[in-house]
Amino acid sequence: MGMTMVEKILAAHTGKEKVKPGELINAKLDIVLGNDVTTPVAIHEFDKIGVDGVFDKERVVIVPDHFAPNKDINSAEQCKFIRDFAHEKEVVNYFEIGDMGIEHCLLPEQGLVVPGDVIIGADSHTCTYGALGSFATGVGSTDMAAGMATGEAWFKVPETIKFVYTGELNEWVGGKDLILYTIGDIGVDGALYKAMEFSGEVIEDLSMDHRFTMSNMAIEAGGKCGLIEPDQTTIDYIEDRAQREYTLYESDEDAEYEEVIEYDVSEIEPQVAFPHLPENTKGISEVEDIKIDQAVIGSCTNGRIEDLRLAAKILEGKRKADNVRLIIFPGTQEIYKQAMKEGLIEIFIDAGAAVSTPTCGPCLGGHMGILAKGERAIATTNRNFVGRMGHPESEVYLSNPAVAAASAIKGEIVSPEEVM
Amino acid sequence: MNLNGQAWKYGDDIDTDVIIPARYLNTSDPSELAKHCLEDLDGEFVDKMKKGDVIVAGKNFGCGSSREHAPLAIKAAGVSCVIAESFARIFYRNSINIGLPILESVEAVAAIEEGDQIEIDVNSGKIKNLTKDEVYQAEPFPEFMQEIIESGGLIKYVAKKVNK
Ligand code: SF4
Repeated sequence: MGMTMVEKILAAHTGKEKVKPGELINAKLDIVLGNDVTTPVAIHEFDKIGVDGVFDKERVVIVPDHFAPNKDINSAEQCKFIRDFAHEKEVVNYFEIGDMGIEHCLLPEQGLVVPGDVIIGADSHTCTYGALGSFATGVGSTDMAAGMATGEAWFKVPETIKFVYTGELNEWVGGKDLILYTIGDIGVDGALYKAMEFSGEVIEDLSMDHRFTMSNMAIEAGGKCGLIEPDQTTIDYIEDRAQREYTLYESDEDAEYEEVIEYDVSEIEPQVAFPHLPENTKGISEVEDIKIDQAVIGSCTNGRIEDLRLAAKILEGKRKADNVRLIIFPGTQEIYKQAMKEGLIEIFIDAGAAVSTPTCGPCLGGHMGILAKGERAIATTNRNFVGRMGHPESEVYLSNPAVAAASAIKGEIVSPEEVM
Repeated sequence: MNLNGQAWKYGDDIDTDVIIPARYLNTSDPSELAKHCLEDLDGEFVDKMKKGDVIVAGKNFGCGSSREHAPLAIKAAGVSCVIAESFARIFYRNSINIGLPILESVEAVAAIEEGDQIEIDVNSGKIKNLTKDEVYQAEPFPEFMQEIIESGGLIKYVAKKVNK
Protein backbone atom coordinates (compact mmCIF):
# COMPACT_ATOMS: atom_id res chain seq x y z
CA MET A 1 0.00 0.00 0.00
CA GLY A 2 1.35 3.42 -0.98
CA MET A 3 1.54 6.52 1.11
CA THR A 4 -0.01 9.98 0.87
CA MET A 5 2.16 13.09 0.70
CA VAL A 6 1.54 13.85 4.36
CA GLU A 7 2.53 10.35 5.43
CA LYS A 8 5.74 10.55 3.38
CA ILE A 9 6.74 13.94 4.78
CA LEU A 10 6.03 12.87 8.37
CA ALA A 11 7.85 9.57 7.92
CA ALA A 12 10.91 11.37 6.57
CA HIS A 13 10.94 13.68 9.60
CA THR A 14 10.60 10.78 12.01
CA GLY A 15 13.33 8.65 10.54
CA LYS A 16 10.88 5.94 9.57
CA GLU A 17 10.20 4.10 6.34
CA LYS A 18 6.50 4.34 6.83
CA VAL A 19 3.94 5.93 9.11
CA LYS A 20 0.25 5.13 9.31
CA PRO A 21 -2.80 7.26 10.15
CA GLY A 22 -3.50 7.21 13.87
CA GLU A 23 0.15 6.62 14.79
CA LEU A 24 1.57 9.02 17.39
CA ILE A 25 4.97 10.28 16.33
CA ASN A 26 7.64 12.75 17.36
CA ALA A 27 8.76 14.66 14.26
CA LYS A 28 11.72 16.93 13.58
CA LEU A 29 10.69 20.49 12.77
CA ASP A 30 12.06 22.64 9.96
CA ILE A 31 10.43 25.87 11.10
CA VAL A 32 8.79 27.04 14.33
CA LEU A 33 6.73 30.22 13.95
CA GLY A 34 5.01 32.64 16.31
CA ASN A 35 3.39 36.08 16.28
CA ASP A 36 2.89 38.91 18.77
CA VAL A 37 -0.23 37.32 20.29
CA THR A 38 1.04 33.77 20.71
CA THR A 39 4.78 34.25 21.26
CA PRO A 40 4.57 36.04 24.65
CA VAL A 41 2.76 33.03 26.13
CA ALA A 42 5.29 30.74 24.45
CA ILE A 43 8.25 32.63 25.93
CA HIS A 44 6.87 32.25 29.46
CA GLU A 45 6.57 28.50 28.86
CA PHE A 46 9.95 28.29 27.10
CA ASP A 47 11.63 29.82 30.15
CA LYS A 48 10.29 26.99 32.32
CA ILE A 49 11.94 24.27 30.24
CA GLY A 50 15.46 25.14 31.29
CA VAL A 51 17.36 25.29 27.99
CA ASP A 52 19.72 28.16 27.19
CA GLY A 53 18.75 28.92 23.65
CA VAL A 54 16.43 28.01 20.84
CA PHE A 55 17.13 24.76 18.99
CA ASP A 56 18.23 26.58 15.83
CA LYS A 57 18.57 30.35 15.52
CA GLU A 58 17.67 30.26 11.84
CA ARG A 59 14.62 28.08 12.15
CA VAL A 60 12.61 30.06 14.65
CA VAL A 61 10.55 32.79 12.98
CA ILE A 62 8.86 35.56 14.96
CA VAL A 63 6.56 38.04 13.24
CA PRO A 64 4.75 40.81 15.12
CA ASP A 65 1.77 41.29 12.79
CA HIS A 66 -1.47 41.06 14.75
CA PHE A 67 -1.40 44.22 16.82
CA ALA A 68 1.61 45.76 15.06
CA PRO A 69 2.34 48.58 14.47
CA ASN A 70 1.54 48.64 18.19
CA LYS A 71 -2.10 49.53 18.62
CA ASP A 72 -1.99 50.39 22.32
CA ILE A 73 0.25 50.21 25.36
CA ASN A 74 -0.44 46.53 26.08
CA SER A 75 0.39 45.61 22.48
CA ALA A 76 3.54 47.66 22.67
CA GLU A 77 4.57 45.72 25.77
CA GLN A 78 3.87 42.41 24.05
CA CYS A 79 5.83 43.39 20.96
CA LYS A 80 8.71 44.64 23.08
CA PHE A 81 8.73 41.40 25.03
CA ILE A 82 9.08 39.25 21.90
CA ARG A 83 11.57 41.66 20.30
CA ASP A 84 13.80 41.45 23.39
CA PHE A 85 13.53 37.68 23.38
CA ALA A 86 14.43 37.52 19.68
CA HIS A 87 17.49 39.69 20.24
CA GLU A 88 18.61 37.86 23.34
CA LYS A 89 18.29 34.45 21.72
CA GLU A 90 19.73 35.76 18.43
CA VAL A 91 16.70 34.69 16.44
CA VAL A 92 17.71 35.53 12.87
CA ASN A 93 14.22 35.68 11.43
CA TYR A 94 12.56 38.30 13.56
CA PHE A 95 10.71 40.81 11.36
CA GLU A 96 10.22 44.35 12.59
CA ILE A 97 7.48 46.56 11.13
CA GLY A 98 8.81 48.04 7.93
CA ASP A 99 10.25 44.66 6.96
CA MET A 100 7.34 42.75 8.31
CA GLY A 101 4.32 41.33 6.55
CA ILE A 102 1.40 39.17 7.56
CA GLU A 103 3.21 36.01 8.59
CA HIS A 104 1.58 33.64 6.12
CA CYS A 105 2.26 35.93 3.17
CA LEU A 106 5.77 36.65 4.41
CA LEU A 107 7.27 33.21 5.09
CA PRO A 108 6.74 31.73 1.60
CA GLU A 109 7.74 35.00 -0.05
CA GLN A 110 11.03 35.04 1.88
CA GLY A 111 11.68 31.39 1.05
CA LEU A 112 11.70 30.50 4.75
CA VAL A 113 9.29 27.62 4.20
CA VAL A 114 9.91 25.18 1.38
CA PRO A 115 8.35 22.04 -0.11
CA GLY A 116 8.74 18.92 2.01
CA ASP A 117 9.06 20.82 5.30
CA VAL A 118 7.42 20.04 8.62
CA ILE A 119 6.35 23.38 10.08
CA ILE A 120 4.50 24.32 13.22
CA GLY A 121 3.22 27.81 13.80
CA ALA A 122 1.48 29.26 16.80
CA ASP A 123 -1.18 30.57 14.48
CA SER A 124 -4.00 28.53 13.06
CA HIS A 125 -3.43 29.62 9.45
CA THR A 126 0.03 28.08 9.39
CA CYS A 127 -1.69 25.50 7.16
CA THR A 128 -1.19 28.04 4.31
CA TYR A 129 2.23 26.54 3.49
CA GLY A 130 0.60 23.26 2.51
CA ALA A 131 0.22 24.94 -0.88
CA LEU A 132 3.98 24.39 -1.33
CA GLY A 133 3.68 20.69 -0.62
CA SER A 134 4.81 20.86 2.97
CA PHE A 135 3.23 19.62 6.20
CA ALA A 136 2.36 22.83 8.01
CA THR A 137 -0.03 23.05 10.91
CA GLY A 138 -1.23 25.48 13.53
CA VAL A 139 -0.50 24.81 17.18
CA GLY A 140 -0.71 26.73 20.43
CA SER A 141 1.90 28.63 22.39
CA THR A 142 2.98 25.70 24.55
CA ASP A 143 3.73 23.62 21.45
CA MET A 144 5.67 26.57 20.07
CA ALA A 145 7.68 26.75 23.30
CA ALA A 146 8.50 23.05 23.23
CA GLY A 147 9.29 23.29 19.51
CA MET A 148 11.67 26.23 20.04
CA ALA A 149 13.46 24.30 22.76
CA THR A 150 13.70 20.87 21.16
CA GLY A 151 13.06 21.27 17.42
CA GLU A 152 10.49 18.52 17.68
CA ALA A 153 6.74 18.14 18.12
CA TRP A 154 4.31 15.29 18.67
CA PHE A 155 1.70 14.56 16.05
CA LYS A 156 -0.97 12.03 15.38
CA VAL A 157 -0.56 11.05 11.73
CA PRO A 158 -3.81 12.22 10.11
CA GLU A 159 -5.99 10.44 7.61
CA THR A 160 -6.18 12.27 4.30
CA ILE A 161 -9.27 13.36 2.42
CA LYS A 162 -8.61 14.00 -1.25
CA PHE A 163 -10.51 16.72 -3.06
CA VAL A 164 -10.50 16.56 -6.84
CA TYR A 165 -11.55 19.63 -8.82
CA THR A 166 -12.37 19.21 -12.51
CA GLY A 167 -14.06 21.27 -15.21
CA GLU A 168 -13.67 24.86 -16.27
CA LEU A 169 -13.63 27.79 -13.85
CA ASN A 170 -16.29 30.45 -14.36
CA GLU A 171 -15.34 34.09 -14.61
CA TRP A 172 -14.47 35.73 -11.26
CA VAL A 173 -14.10 32.34 -9.63
CA GLY A 174 -10.75 31.50 -8.00
CA GLY A 175 -9.09 29.76 -5.09
CA LYS A 176 -11.23 31.59 -2.52
CA ASP A 177 -14.44 30.43 -4.12
CA LEU A 178 -13.24 26.85 -4.44
CA ILE A 179 -12.32 26.66 -0.78
CA LEU A 180 -15.48 28.45 0.43
CA TYR A 181 -17.56 26.10 -1.71
CA THR A 182 -15.72 23.11 -0.26
CA ILE A 183 -16.24 24.31 3.33
CA GLY A 184 -19.89 25.00 2.53
CA ASP A 185 -20.18 21.43 1.35
CA ILE A 186 -18.35 19.54 4.10
CA GLY A 187 -18.93 21.97 6.99
CA VAL A 188 -16.63 23.65 9.50
CA ASP A 189 -15.74 20.29 11.02
CA GLY A 190 -15.90 18.33 7.78
CA ALA A 191 -12.17 17.64 7.85
CA LEU A 192 -11.68 17.65 11.63
CA TYR A 193 -8.25 16.20 12.57
CA LYS A 194 -7.73 15.29 8.88
CA ALA A 195 -5.28 16.26 6.19
CA MET A 196 -6.87 17.78 3.09
CA GLU A 197 -5.27 17.23 -0.28
CA PHE A 198 -6.39 19.53 -3.09
CA SER A 199 -5.90 18.08 -6.55
CA GLY A 200 -7.24 17.74 -10.06
CA GLU A 201 -6.80 19.61 -13.31
CA VAL A 202 -8.22 22.85 -11.89
CA ILE A 203 -5.64 22.93 -9.10
CA GLU A 204 -2.85 22.13 -11.55
CA ASP A 205 -3.77 25.28 -13.48
CA LEU A 206 -4.05 27.50 -10.39
CA SER A 207 -1.34 30.06 -9.66
CA MET A 208 0.55 29.94 -6.36
CA ASP A 209 -1.41 32.88 -4.94
CA HIS A 210 -4.72 31.07 -5.48
CA ARG A 211 -3.24 27.89 -4.05
CA PHE A 212 -2.12 29.70 -0.89
CA THR A 213 -5.68 30.99 -0.46
CA MET A 214 -7.05 27.45 -0.58
CA SER A 215 -4.57 25.89 1.81
CA ASN A 216 -4.97 28.90 4.11
CA MET A 217 -8.59 27.99 4.83
CA ALA A 218 -8.11 24.24 5.45
CA ILE A 219 -8.44 25.06 9.14
CA GLU A 220 -11.90 26.53 8.49
CA ALA A 221 -12.99 22.99 7.64
CA GLY A 222 -11.31 21.74 10.82
CA GLY A 223 -8.37 20.37 8.82
CA LYS A 224 -4.94 19.76 10.29
CA CYS A 225 -3.30 20.78 7.05
CA GLY A 226 -4.18 21.37 3.38
CA LEU A 227 -1.68 20.16 0.85
CA ILE A 228 -1.17 20.58 -2.86
CA GLU A 229 1.26 18.41 -4.78
CA PRO A 230 4.29 20.48 -5.83
CA ASP A 231 4.70 20.91 -9.61
CA GLN A 232 6.35 23.32 -12.03
CA THR A 233 4.25 26.21 -10.67
CA THR A 234 5.62 25.47 -7.20
CA ILE A 235 9.19 25.19 -8.45
CA ASP A 236 8.93 28.46 -10.40
CA TYR A 237 7.74 30.18 -7.25
CA ILE A 238 10.26 28.73 -4.84
CA GLU A 239 13.39 28.39 -6.98
CA ASP A 240 14.77 31.89 -6.46
CA ARG A 241 13.41 32.28 -2.97
CA ALA A 242 14.24 29.05 -1.16
CA GLN A 243 16.76 29.57 1.62
CA ARG A 244 17.23 25.82 2.04
CA GLU A 245 17.22 22.62 0.00
CA TYR A 246 13.74 21.33 -0.62
CA THR A 247 12.16 17.97 -1.38
CA LEU A 248 9.18 17.38 -3.61
CA TYR A 249 6.80 14.71 -2.34
CA GLU A 250 3.91 13.21 -4.28
CA SER A 251 1.19 10.91 -3.07
CA ASP A 252 1.48 7.38 -4.41
CA GLU A 253 -1.07 6.18 -6.95
CA ASP A 254 -2.17 3.52 -4.50
CA ALA A 255 -2.14 5.75 -1.42
CA GLU A 256 -5.03 5.17 0.91
CA TYR A 257 -7.47 8.04 1.39
CA GLU A 258 -10.20 8.22 3.93
CA GLU A 259 -12.44 9.70 1.30
CA VAL A 260 -12.22 11.15 -2.20
CA ILE A 261 -14.57 14.03 -2.94
CA GLU A 262 -14.97 15.35 -6.48
CA TYR A 263 -16.28 18.69 -7.61
CA ASP A 264 -17.19 19.89 -11.07
CA VAL A 265 -16.16 23.53 -10.82
CA SER A 266 -18.22 24.66 -13.80
CA GLU A 267 -21.15 24.67 -11.40
CA ILE A 268 -19.40 26.98 -8.93
CA GLU A 269 -20.04 30.73 -8.99
CA PRO A 270 -18.37 33.34 -6.77
CA GLN A 271 -19.15 32.41 -3.17
CA VAL A 272 -20.19 34.49 -0.19
CA ALA A 273 -20.06 33.05 3.36
CA PHE A 274 -22.78 34.55 5.55
CA PRO A 275 -22.40 35.21 9.29
CA HIS A 276 -21.38 33.62 11.53
CA LEU A 277 -19.63 30.57 10.09
CA PRO A 278 -17.49 30.07 6.98
CA GLU A 279 -19.73 27.12 6.04
CA ASN A 280 -22.77 29.38 5.48
CA THR A 281 -21.96 29.82 1.82
CA LYS A 282 -24.17 30.94 -1.05
CA GLY A 283 -23.51 31.56 -4.70
CA ILE A 284 -23.43 35.27 -5.50
CA SER A 285 -26.63 35.00 -7.57
CA GLU A 286 -28.50 34.03 -4.41
CA VAL A 287 -27.32 37.08 -2.49
CA GLU A 288 -29.73 39.99 -2.37
CA ASP A 289 -30.05 43.28 -0.52
CA ILE A 290 -27.12 42.96 1.83
CA LYS A 291 -26.02 46.54 2.42
CA ILE A 292 -22.50 47.02 3.73
CA ASP A 293 -20.70 49.65 5.78
CA GLN A 294 -17.17 48.43 5.15
CA ALA A 295 -15.21 46.39 2.62
CA VAL A 296 -11.88 44.88 3.62
CA ILE A 297 -9.45 43.53 1.04
CA GLY A 298 -6.31 41.83 2.29
CA SER A 299 -5.22 39.34 5.00
CA CYS A 300 -3.23 36.12 4.84
CA THR A 301 -6.05 34.69 2.74
CA ASN A 302 -6.27 37.33 0.01
CA GLY A 303 -3.57 39.94 0.51
CA ARG A 304 -1.22 38.81 -2.25
CA ILE A 305 -0.39 40.59 -5.47
CA GLU A 306 -2.89 38.72 -7.63
CA ASP A 307 -5.62 39.55 -5.15
CA LEU A 308 -4.73 43.23 -5.35
CA ARG A 309 -4.62 43.07 -9.15
CA LEU A 310 -8.08 41.58 -9.18
CA ALA A 311 -9.41 44.28 -6.87
CA ALA A 312 -7.76 46.99 -8.99
CA LYS A 313 -9.30 45.59 -12.14
CA ILE A 314 -12.72 46.20 -10.61
CA LEU A 315 -11.93 49.51 -8.92
CA GLU A 316 -10.03 51.20 -11.75
CA GLY A 317 -11.68 54.48 -12.67
CA LYS A 318 -14.50 53.96 -10.19
CA ARG A 319 -15.26 55.06 -6.67
CA LYS A 320 -16.56 53.25 -3.65
CA ALA A 321 -20.07 54.11 -2.52
CA ASP A 322 -20.22 57.19 -0.27
CA ASN A 323 -21.41 55.32 2.79
CA VAL A 324 -18.82 52.54 2.52
CA ARG A 325 -15.37 52.50 4.09
CA LEU A 326 -12.96 50.62 1.87
CA ILE A 327 -9.79 49.33 3.54
CA ILE A 328 -7.05 47.57 1.61
CA PHE A 329 -4.05 46.02 3.30
CA PRO A 330 -1.33 44.36 1.24
CA GLY A 331 0.16 41.22 2.79
CA THR A 332 3.82 42.25 2.85
CA GLN A 333 6.10 45.17 2.08
CA GLU A 334 7.20 43.39 -1.13
CA ILE A 335 3.61 43.05 -2.25
CA TYR A 336 2.99 46.69 -1.33
CA LYS A 337 5.96 47.78 -3.44
CA GLN A 338 4.94 45.63 -6.37
CA ALA A 339 1.43 47.07 -6.19
CA MET A 340 2.93 50.56 -6.25
CA LYS A 341 5.04 49.76 -9.30
CA GLU A 342 2.00 48.47 -11.10
CA GLY A 343 -0.03 51.56 -10.23
CA LEU A 344 -2.51 49.62 -8.14
CA ILE A 345 -2.13 51.76 -5.03
CA GLU A 346 -3.04 54.84 -7.03
CA ILE A 347 -6.13 53.10 -8.35
CA PHE A 348 -7.11 52.21 -4.79
CA ILE A 349 -6.61 55.69 -3.42
CA ASP A 350 -8.49 57.23 -6.34
CA ALA A 351 -11.30 54.80 -5.61
CA GLY A 352 -11.48 56.18 -2.07
CA ALA A 353 -9.71 53.35 -0.31
CA ALA A 354 -7.59 53.60 2.82
CA VAL A 355 -4.44 51.60 2.08
CA SER A 356 -2.71 50.23 5.17
CA THR A 357 0.76 49.03 5.98
CA PRO A 358 0.81 45.21 6.22
CA THR A 359 -0.90 44.07 9.44
CA CYS A 360 -3.58 41.65 10.53
CA GLY A 361 -5.52 44.69 11.71
CA PRO A 362 -9.22 44.41 11.01
CA CYS A 363 -9.13 40.70 10.09
CA LEU A 364 -9.28 39.67 13.74
CA GLY A 365 -10.93 42.81 15.04
CA GLY A 366 -7.60 44.09 16.27
CA HIS A 367 -7.38 47.62 14.92
CA MET A 368 -7.44 49.58 11.65
CA GLY A 369 -11.12 49.12 10.88
CA ILE A 370 -13.23 47.79 13.75
CA LEU A 371 -17.00 47.51 13.23
CA ALA A 372 -19.57 49.26 15.41
CA LYS A 373 -22.73 47.61 16.71
CA GLY A 374 -25.02 46.62 13.86
CA GLU A 375 -22.44 47.29 11.13
CA ARG A 376 -21.75 44.94 8.28
CA ALA A 377 -18.58 44.24 6.33
CA ILE A 378 -17.66 42.22 3.32
CA ALA A 379 -14.12 40.93 3.70
CA THR A 380 -11.64 38.76 1.84
CA THR A 381 -10.52 37.34 5.18
CA ASN A 382 -11.18 33.82 6.42
CA ARG A 383 -13.44 34.02 9.47
CA ASN A 384 -16.86 35.54 10.08
CA PHE A 385 -17.43 34.43 13.66
CA VAL A 386 -19.49 36.50 16.10
CA GLY A 387 -17.54 39.68 16.88
CA ARG A 388 -14.62 38.74 14.64
CA MET A 389 -14.21 42.24 13.23
CA GLY A 390 -15.50 44.22 16.16
CA HIS A 391 -18.77 44.54 18.06
CA PRO A 392 -20.46 41.21 18.87
CA GLU A 393 -23.52 42.50 17.02
CA SER A 394 -21.65 43.33 13.82
CA GLU A 395 -21.51 41.01 10.82
CA VAL A 396 -18.82 39.77 8.43
CA TYR A 397 -19.44 38.27 4.98
CA LEU A 398 -16.54 36.48 3.31
CA SER A 399 -15.78 36.63 -0.42
CA ASN A 400 -13.04 36.87 -3.02
CA PRO A 401 -11.38 40.26 -3.77
CA ALA A 402 -13.42 40.92 -6.92
CA VAL A 403 -16.74 40.53 -5.11
CA ALA A 404 -15.49 42.66 -2.20
CA ALA A 405 -14.35 45.43 -4.57
CA ALA A 406 -17.59 45.37 -6.55
CA SER A 407 -19.59 45.46 -3.34
CA ALA A 408 -17.62 48.49 -2.13
CA ILE A 409 -18.64 50.31 -5.30
CA LYS A 410 -22.32 49.38 -5.04
CA GLY A 411 -22.67 49.66 -1.26
CA GLU A 412 -24.20 46.20 -1.16
CA ILE A 413 -22.94 42.70 -1.89
CA VAL A 414 -22.99 42.20 -5.66
CA SER A 415 -21.33 40.18 -8.37
CA PRO A 416 -18.37 41.81 -10.15
CA GLU A 417 -20.45 41.65 -13.31
CA GLU A 418 -22.72 44.37 -11.99
CA VAL A 419 -20.00 46.99 -12.03
CA MET A 420 -18.00 45.97 -15.12
CA MET B 1 -8.40 13.24 39.58
CA ASN B 2 -12.05 13.71 40.62
CA LEU B 3 -13.90 16.85 39.60
CA ASN B 4 -17.28 18.05 40.67
CA GLY B 5 -19.42 20.94 39.45
CA GLN B 6 -22.55 22.21 37.82
CA ALA B 7 -23.05 21.95 34.04
CA TRP B 8 -23.37 24.96 31.75
CA LYS B 9 -24.59 23.91 28.34
CA TYR B 10 -23.81 25.45 24.95
CA GLY B 11 -24.22 24.51 21.27
CA ASP B 12 -22.08 23.42 18.33
CA ASP B 13 -19.00 25.11 16.82
CA ILE B 14 -18.21 27.36 19.79
CA ASP B 15 -15.24 29.26 18.39
CA THR B 16 -12.20 30.74 20.10
CA ASP B 17 -13.33 34.26 19.19
CA VAL B 18 -16.36 33.99 21.46
CA ILE B 19 -14.41 32.10 24.13
CA ILE B 20 -11.94 34.99 24.35
CA PRO B 21 -12.49 37.90 21.93
CA ALA B 22 -9.43 39.31 20.14
CA ARG B 23 -9.91 42.68 21.83
CA TYR B 24 -8.53 41.09 25.00
CA LEU B 25 -5.56 39.40 23.36
CA ASN B 26 -3.22 42.29 24.00
CA THR B 27 -2.48 40.59 27.29
CA SER B 28 -1.65 37.01 28.25
CA ASP B 29 -2.32 37.39 31.96
CA PRO B 30 -4.62 34.45 32.83
CA SER B 31 -6.55 36.35 35.51
CA GLU B 32 -7.29 39.15 33.00
CA LEU B 33 -8.35 36.62 30.38
CA ALA B 34 -10.57 34.82 32.89
CA LYS B 35 -12.69 37.95 33.36
CA HIS B 36 -13.78 37.77 29.72
CA CYS B 37 -14.24 34.02 29.39
CA LEU B 38 -17.11 33.24 26.95
CA GLU B 39 -18.01 36.94 26.95
CA ASP B 40 -19.39 37.11 23.40
CA LEU B 41 -21.30 33.86 23.80
CA ASP B 42 -22.81 34.38 27.24
CA GLY B 43 -22.02 37.74 28.82
CA GLU B 44 -23.09 36.51 32.27
CA PHE B 45 -21.06 33.31 32.31
CA VAL B 46 -18.22 34.57 34.47
CA ASP B 47 -20.62 36.00 37.06
CA LYS B 48 -22.93 33.04 37.36
CA MET B 49 -20.46 30.14 37.25
CA LYS B 50 -18.74 28.75 40.34
CA LYS B 51 -15.28 27.31 40.63
CA GLY B 52 -15.29 23.67 39.56
CA ASP B 53 -18.21 24.01 37.15
CA VAL B 54 -18.24 22.14 33.86
CA ILE B 55 -18.85 23.38 30.31
CA VAL B 56 -20.88 20.96 28.19
CA ALA B 57 -21.07 21.67 24.45
CA GLY B 58 -21.79 20.16 21.05
CA LYS B 59 -19.43 19.36 18.21
CA ASN B 60 -16.21 21.14 17.18
CA PHE B 61 -15.73 23.06 20.45
CA GLY B 62 -12.88 25.60 20.28
CA CYS B 63 -12.75 25.93 16.51
CA GLY B 64 -10.97 28.89 14.96
CA SER B 65 -7.76 30.45 16.06
CA SER B 66 -4.79 28.80 17.76
CA ARG B 67 -4.93 31.21 20.70
CA GLU B 68 -4.00 29.28 23.81
CA HIS B 69 -5.68 32.18 25.57
CA ALA B 70 -8.95 30.28 25.01
CA PRO B 71 -8.26 27.21 27.17
CA LEU B 72 -6.24 29.48 29.51
CA ALA B 73 -9.26 31.76 30.03
CA ILE B 74 -11.50 28.75 30.68
CA LYS B 75 -9.04 27.23 33.11
CA ALA B 76 -8.34 30.50 34.91
CA ALA B 77 -12.07 31.21 35.22
CA GLY B 78 -12.25 28.08 37.37
CA VAL B 79 -13.94 25.69 34.95
CA SER B 80 -12.82 22.19 35.94
CA CYS B 81 -13.56 20.35 32.70
CA VAL B 82 -15.05 20.78 29.23
CA ILE B 83 -17.17 17.92 27.89
CA ALA B 84 -18.03 18.12 24.18
CA GLU B 85 -19.16 15.88 21.35
CA SER B 86 -15.88 16.76 19.63
CA PHE B 87 -13.11 19.35 19.88
CA ALA B 88 -11.34 21.39 17.22
CA ARG B 89 -7.84 19.99 16.96
CA ILE B 90 -5.72 22.96 18.06
CA PHE B 91 -7.97 23.54 21.07
CA TYR B 92 -7.69 19.84 21.94
CA ARG B 93 -3.90 19.97 21.73
CA ASN B 94 -3.65 23.20 23.68
CA SER B 95 -5.88 21.90 26.46
CA ILE B 96 -3.77 18.80 26.93
CA ASN B 97 -0.59 20.86 26.77
CA ILE B 98 -1.73 23.29 29.48
CA GLY B 99 -3.53 20.69 31.60
CA LEU B 100 -7.17 21.67 31.13
CA PRO B 101 -9.17 18.45 31.43
CA ILE B 102 -11.38 17.84 28.38
CA LEU B 103 -13.50 14.83 27.52
CA GLU B 104 -15.28 13.73 24.36
CA SER B 105 -18.61 12.00 24.80
CA VAL B 106 -21.63 12.27 22.51
CA GLU B 107 -23.67 10.33 25.03
CA ALA B 108 -22.89 12.63 27.96
CA VAL B 109 -23.60 15.77 25.94
CA ALA B 110 -26.98 14.42 24.83
CA ALA B 111 -28.02 13.48 28.36
CA ILE B 112 -26.66 16.31 30.52
CA GLU B 113 -28.93 19.31 31.01
CA GLU B 114 -27.91 22.75 32.16
CA GLY B 115 -27.72 22.86 35.92
CA ASP B 116 -27.07 19.13 36.40
CA GLN B 117 -24.48 18.31 39.04
CA ILE B 118 -21.60 16.41 37.42
CA GLU B 119 -18.78 14.33 38.89
CA ILE B 120 -15.90 13.36 36.65
CA ASP B 121 -13.05 10.90 36.98
CA VAL B 122 -10.67 12.25 34.35
CA ASN B 123 -8.33 9.25 34.29
CA SER B 124 -11.00 6.68 33.55
CA GLY B 125 -13.22 9.05 31.56
CA LYS B 126 -16.21 8.23 33.76
CA ILE B 127 -18.80 11.02 33.95
CA LYS B 128 -21.43 10.76 36.70
CA ASN B 129 -24.60 12.82 36.50
CA LEU B 130 -25.54 13.17 40.18
CA THR B 131 -28.79 14.99 39.38
CA LYS B 132 -30.07 12.30 37.04
CA ASP B 133 -28.22 9.40 38.65
CA GLU B 134 -26.64 8.30 35.37
CA VAL B 135 -23.11 7.37 34.29
CA TYR B 136 -21.53 8.01 30.88
CA GLN B 137 -18.20 6.83 29.55
CA ALA B 138 -15.94 9.22 27.60
CA GLU B 139 -13.12 8.19 25.28
CA PRO B 140 -10.00 7.68 27.41
CA PHE B 141 -6.82 9.45 26.25
CA PRO B 142 -4.13 7.53 24.37
CA GLU B 143 -1.25 6.51 26.60
CA PHE B 144 1.16 9.10 25.21
CA MET B 145 -1.21 11.96 26.01
CA GLN B 146 -1.87 10.54 29.45
CA GLU B 147 1.86 10.73 30.00
CA ILE B 148 1.82 14.44 29.14
CA ILE B 149 -1.17 15.05 31.40
CA GLU B 150 0.39 13.08 34.24
CA SER B 151 3.63 15.06 33.92
CA GLY B 152 1.54 18.20 34.49
CA GLY B 153 1.47 19.41 30.90
CA LEU B 154 3.77 19.46 27.90
CA ILE B 155 6.35 21.85 29.34
CA LYS B 156 7.03 19.71 32.40
CA TYR B 157 7.10 16.65 30.15
CA VAL B 158 9.66 18.25 27.82
CA ALA B 159 11.68 19.69 30.70
CA LYS B 160 11.98 16.20 32.16
CA LYS B 161 13.22 14.91 28.81
CA VAL B 162 15.78 17.64 28.07
CA ASN B 163 17.18 17.65 31.58
CA LYS B 164 17.68 13.90 31.70
S1 SF4 C 1 -4.53 38.06 8.59
FE1 SF4 C 1 -6.17 37.36 9.94
S2 SF4 C 1 -6.27 35.17 9.74
FE2 SF4 C 1 -4.32 35.85 8.86
S3 SF4 C 1 -2.82 35.63 10.49
FE3 SF4 C 1 -3.61 37.71 10.58
S4 SF4 C 1 -5.36 37.61 12.01
FE4 SF4 C 1 -4.87 35.52 11.42
